[in-house]
Amino acid sequence: MSMRSTVSTSVLAGAVATALASFASAAPLTEAEGKAAMESGKEKCYGVSLAGMNDCAAGPGTTCQGTSTVDFQGNAWSFVAGGTCASIKVPGDRQGSPEPLTRDVPA
Amino acid sequence: MLPAELRELDRSVQSSYAESFAPALLDPGRVTPAAVAGPHGKAATKRYNVYRNNVTASLINALAAVFPATQRITGTDFFRAMARFHVRATPPVSPLLFEYGRDFPDFIERYEYAQSLPWLADVARIERAWLDAYHAADAEPLAPQAFAPIPPEHLGNTILLPHPAMRIVRSRYPAVTIFSANRGRDPFGQIEAADPEDALVTRPKLEVVVRHLPPGGAVFLTHLMSGEPLGAAASAALADSPSFDLPANIAGILAAGAFSDVKFGG
Repeated sequence: MSMRSTVSTSVLAGAVATALASFASAAPLTEAEGKAAMESGKEKCYGVSLAGMNDCAAGPGTTCQGTSTVDFQGNAWSFVAGGTCASIKVPGDRQGSPEPLTRDVPA
Repeated sequence: MLPAELRELDRSVQSSYAESFAPALLDPGRVTPAAVAGPHGKAATKRYNVYRNNVTASLINALAAVFPATQRITGTDFFRAMARFHVRATPPVSPLLFEYGRDFPDFIERYEYAQSLPWLADVARIERAWLDAYHAADAEPLAPQAFAPIPPEHLGNTILLPHPAMRIVRSRYPAVTIFSANRGRDPFGQIEAADPEDALVTRPKLEVVVRHLPPGGAVFLTHLMSGEPLGAAASAALADSPSFDLPANIAGILAAGAFSDVKFGG
């Protein structure tokens, strides 16, 4: 056997305890800004995007990005700041929703 | 409704037509298939070329959609030329286009004219991992409280179950920094990083997040992903990097949502 370093039970227990204690306050890994338009705390919001402006990041062949055909289409979504979706008002006394809507869906 | 034998015949006629139609689509050196002919049996080469163009261009567009940072680094002309070689050599095997491009990073690594950009293949690997994480199954990430009921003597043989979206990309180059700089829409300044960077890709909820792993982090995670218990994974990471910080890495993988469950005392 080689002289492989091993981690003892007490070291491991201490490490887990330290990790959990520090968890709420610190995020030790550096978070790269590789998120394009999507940032943490955003949520999907249906019924608020203008025609052709809905978000999607599903890649080629999925044909969802920018495919809404009417303004504020109920089954098309955009990313908005978390918790703000239902308070977004659009013209005609309509609002955004975190769940797909049945209004303004093209036939 | 056709009888079974006729339906079988119909299927075989259709599949043999496709078999004669498809192979020359991505190979301009081949002649127009004989089955593609005008009313008097004249070869319809110009019409067939429309299909050739559509198939090739749409597959190049698919690669551009999966690898936007790679295209931004090389520029559109270089990217499309490189992609065309790959499309012709390695057509998709799935009808789902968002699955395409898994072999593209390896192709970039071998591609003669990309040798001056040795980090390009790793940036592409992060991009492919990003889309795989995006389409992975949803799962609730492991909560820190899940460790609470584990007795200390069982921590060493505790096994963590990887979150379906978790991916690791190791690089000898600052691939994470280059990826990040080229994924945003904003212009960026000088890239300072020179050190190797390993990427951890996760999607705890809706958003894919790419993080730069600390020393030993990739070894730690790779061992955990392969089903090794916590103690053995920590030992392997320590053997790989003496500066491996176990508490910080455990806190980091919890914050990132890299795992979805724990098993102990089994």
